[in-house]
Amino acid sequence: MKIHEYQAKQILAKYGVTIPRGKVALTVDEAVGAAKELGTEICVVKAQIHAGGRGKGGGVKISKGLEAVRTNAEQIIGMQLVTHQTGPKGQQVKRVLVEEGMDIKKELYVSLLVDRGSQQVVMLASTEGGMDIEQVAANTPEKILKVGIDPTIGMRPYHATELAYGLEIDKINPKLIRPAAALFQGLYEAFVNEDCSLVEINPLVLTGDGRVIALDSKITIDDNALFRHKDTLDLRDLDEEDPAETEASENDLNYIRLDGSIGCMVNGAGLAMGTMDIIKACGGEPANFLDVGGGSTQERVELAFRLISSDPHVNCILINIFGGIVRCDMVAAGVVAAIKNVDLKVPVVVRLEGTNAAEAHQIVNDSGLGSRLQMADGLRDAAEKAVAAVA
Amino acid sequence: MTVLVNSETRVLVQGITGSQGQLHTRGCRDYGTNIVSGVTPGKGGQDFEGVPIFNTVKQAVEATGANASMIFVPPPFATDAIIEAAAVKIPLIVAITEGVPVQDMVRAVNYVKRQGVRLIGPNCPGVVTPGECKIGIMPGSIHQPGKIGVVSRSGTLTYEAVGQLSGVGLGQSTCIGIGGDPVNGTNFIDCLRMFQDDPGTEAIVMIGEIGGDAEEQAAAFVKEYVTKPIVSFIAGQTAPPGRRMGHAGAIISGGKGTAAEKMAALQDAGIHVVPTPADIGAKMVEVLKK
Repeated sequence: MKIHEYQAKQILAKYGVTIPRGKVALTVDEAVGAAKELGTEICVVKAQIHAGGRGKGGGVKISKGLEAVRTNAEQIIGMQLVTHQTGPKGQQVKRVLVEEGMDIKKELYVSLLVDRGSQQVVMLASTEGGMDIEQVAANTPEKILKVGIDPTIGMRPYHATELAYGLEIDKINPKLIRPAAALFQGLYEAFVNEDCSLVEINPLVLTGDGRVIALDSKITIDDNALFRHKDTLDLRDLDEEDPAETEASENDLNYIRLDGSIGCMVNGAGLAMGTMDIIKACGGEPANFLDVGGGSTQERVELAFRLISSDPHVNCILINIFGGIVRCDMVAAGVVAAIKNVDLKVPVVVRLEGTNAAEAHQIVNDSGLGSRLQMADGLRDAAEKAVAAVA
Repeated sequence: MTVLVNSETRVLVQGITGSQGQLHTRGCRDYGTNIVSGVTPGKGGQDFEGVPIFNTVKQAVEATGANASMIFVPPPFATDAIIEAAAVKIPLIVAITEGVPVQDMVRAVNYVKRQGVRLIGPNCPGVVTPGECKIGIMPGSIHQPGKIGVVSRSGTLTYEAVGQLSGVGLGQSTCIGIGGDPVNGTNFIDCLRMFQDDPGTEAIVMIGEIGGDAEEQAAAFVKEYVTKPIVSFIAGQTAPPGRRMGHAGAIISGGKGTAAEKMAALQDAGIHVVPTPADIGAKMVEVLKK
């Protein structure tokens, strides 16, 4: 689960991480009030959306004086902010974070994540803060420092000190080694205690007045761990999600909208991706990823139909269920009933593998749905029939 | 010969009285798996359809000689179940449970490795040696005994591959679902090594998917160690980037993780990569004719 920058900063502050002074504002007047309260000559007005690349999209403005804060807040609040992560439609800005401006001497990068290869939590750091870190990793991998943390001993003070010296913080200001190391330790505590899958500070800044500050913060929480973080659940912002994807997740369906015309309903994530791949290989374009999970009951099939057909680009729906334990005749009966209940307008191609396949064919043939419901033999046949239906 | 499990395997079920535990204990027993005991704390002394239930894994192992465990315990308690099984050194632990927090797995996998036992999963369909032993939730009926080893990160996509193999008359030595979580007990390399060393396995099907760099690592291992033919499919060629992983995730694998990169790495290692999941069976027939 993604959360906003201001929420991430509030979490990190609990672990002793220094963050800029600042306040969230929902309106222009609130933004000006926040700036007045801060009392600094320069303030930064930052759009709060989940996507990255906000600065380049015009969502972060340095403002000198209260009038500038007002002008910038007017521009940002309510804008459709388009970044490389939002897609072409962009995301509407509902709130801004107003923060103190500061005298930045050096920008650094630091992040924590679970590394699949070493099966450990890893802290990454770089002297190239404020940059696109993927580019840094690709072009100058020697500028990325990496510390793997043994889960049985956790992050030790020496790890943090080693990183601080590795980042050459002493060359900027030797007094900052200690607060930087403490900040790294705080980040690790937050990462573990809050069950994060990503904590990223880009940039981490060293200031002229001798502070080490997490200027920007990004946190992603492990969805699988939310059961033990009830408070964190309150940080979820449904405005940031596609409503169809939200409805799907509330019903234990995994749905991701894409750009094509063939809707997909599949059991299992791998097979769902494989089904998208074969649609593409046969000359079609998938309209979505949808894993209906194990129980392909009539209710779930109906819900899936409603989700998929809420996308106006869908001209055909391909159902691919590899059951085994699932009885094909029961799934077929559920599909027939669901098509009639939902009053589905687009044709459906269904491929079912499991027991009682012959009975399933009979149910489809007797359904009276004619060409609106076709049975396929095997995966390739299903994809070809679906592609033919939208041609 | 087979890998991991055979007709001698004695299986304990952790979480035997839950709905999933009951359903799949029956499925495995009906397939012919020797289910010797179950564990549900508080229900020791009872039985599930004749299978004795114990309060702890230690008691169950001492009383019934179980040498493999199948775990259906729900996510909040699954890590503890894995660690409990590893503590008494059950040689094979198969965790079916989906939705285990990743940092729990970081700690559990570390412990499992120190105990010197093997964990498969979590979030996996399990392991089956056709005709001998099924530990997991896969439909037994699609499998046939034979000489193809199957290893996969995906559940139902494995069934698709197995269904095709059986359909063209190619049985399987053992099928291993390693699971789709970022941190798990057994990876492709572990399975490829077992299949290469198993005289009963003639060829291998390996099914990967986008994310991480396990397939690239496997490709490098194949180059130096595996001589048996491999057919592979990578799911997610059409998946949109950036839906699950942030920047930091991409750094650690040096920008790796797309299907195209994985397919190129596998091809470079001499693996027969098929473009769609519908081609797995036919490709294996073609490869074995050569």
